[in-house]
Amino acid sequence: MGTPHTGALLAIGTEKGLFLATSTDDRRGWQVSGPHFPMTAVYAVAIDKRRAAPRLLASVASSHYGPSVATSDDLGHTWSEPEQPPVAFPADTGATLERVWQLTPASAAEPDVVYAGSQPSALFRSTDGGASFELVRPLWEHPHRPQWEAGFGGQAIHTVLPDPRDPAAMLVAMSTGGVYRSADAGASWAPGNTGIRAYFLPDEWPEFGQCVHKVARDAVDPDRLYAQNHHGVYRSDDAGATWSSIADGLPSDFGFPIAAHPHRPGVIYTFPLVADSRRFPVDDRCRVFRSADAGATWQPLSAGLPQHPYYPAVLRDALTTDDAPTAGVYFGTRSGDVFASRDEGDSWQPVATGLPDVLCVRAAVV
Amino acid sequence: MVTLLVPGALRADSGGQARLTVDADGTLREVLDEVTRRWPRLARRIRDEQGQIRRYVNVYVDGADHRHSGGLDTPVPAGAQVQVIPSVAGG
Repeated sequence: MGTPHTGALLAIGTEKGLFLATSTDDRRGWQVSGPHFPMTAVYAVAIDKRRAAPRLLASVASSHYGPSVATSDDLGHTWSEPEQPPVAFPADTGATLERVWQLTPASAAEPDVVYAGSQPSALFRSTDGGASFELVRPLWEHPHRPQWEAGFGGQAIHTVLPDPRDPAAMLVAMSTGGVYRSADAGASWAPGNTGIRAYFLPDEWPEFGQCVHKVARDAVDPDRLYAQNHHGVYRSDDAGATWSSIADGLPSDFGFPIAAHPHRPGVIYTFPLVADSRRFPVDDRCRVFRSADAGATWQPLSAGLPQHPYYPAVLRDALTTDDAPTAGVYFGTRSGDVFASRDEGDSWQPVATGLPDVLCVRAAVV
Repeated sequence: MVTLLVPGALRADSGGQARLTVDADGTLREVLDEVTRRWPRLARRIRDEQGQIRRYVNVYVDGADHRHSGGLDTPVPAGAQVQVIPSVAGG
């Protein structure tokens, strides 16, 4: 702990390209480069530190020329894309990839395995560090799939959470459809939505069909999960089998992201919006909410954030933490503002303003 | 044998070339299948994994929009010019 580190990298995916912010002074000052992949929507980025040189992965989707996944082994100075499409549906499915919504390195036990969640809702697995992916067929062929509906942003698997204890165990979440879990390396899948309300369906407590916006895993207890739902904020203490509300201390139970602290148990972050029908920050104030007791109580965080009326939303992957000993917290907004905290959310500073709509952020000490 | 005209945005995938000589003719499908064999990364910008030309990519055969000339079955005689142009779309 407290080991000096060389720098920090913040990857910012936007509607019109990838921006990279770097800091060499323990996250006090940031230098922003980009856009990399201009005029592509970057829905997902990952910083994979399981190899000698960290690998960046970026989902890039051109409205003209289609989707792809690019990788960089020199922190974004140069990028490569394979000749063959890295993520593609097999011919017999008849499906076409719209875009990759999530890129998730697997646990340290499988250093070359990377997962991709896609639109339409599917899970892909790479065993070569993200150069090429293969469809996880049992989930694609799940009997529930015809009943998974598209949300406003499209039908997609946006969350992939490998279990750090067991390479065969993982959880995915999709909008809509909800949470699904596998305990056998993806061979079979079962919904895990008990306790999550779907107010927009005739049966408000269905087995599946929920619009789960994001799921995060606790830093210390892998069985403890946190979910931001389309109305509703929940915690599971049994690896997603059952869920209970942790929204009472929040000013609203609507929002998109939820992020967990990298080291401290029970510490989580959200960015509440008023409601589905009014997607503005609560009270028109730019505030992150933090819980240090697994959702029992919440504290608004706004030191250093704009104090004027603020209207942009924060999307599901646009709030994240880094892996520094004193964790950094980061978020980007739909108006292209990006803020960073180097003290776990107590205070904030701007990293960039006026970028295109921010779709995702990821950060790490590199 | 036909000539493929590559838009500026895709020249990183054509070795920097604005014009490629494609050793195929007959139909647009046959020409694009040969592009897939020779320049797969370029080809996947033009067609999706099911072989369909992407919605916002326009392909002209000797000046005629393939969508009004038979789609992928559009005849492409030897010596023809196949031009790829991004559509005017987006914000």
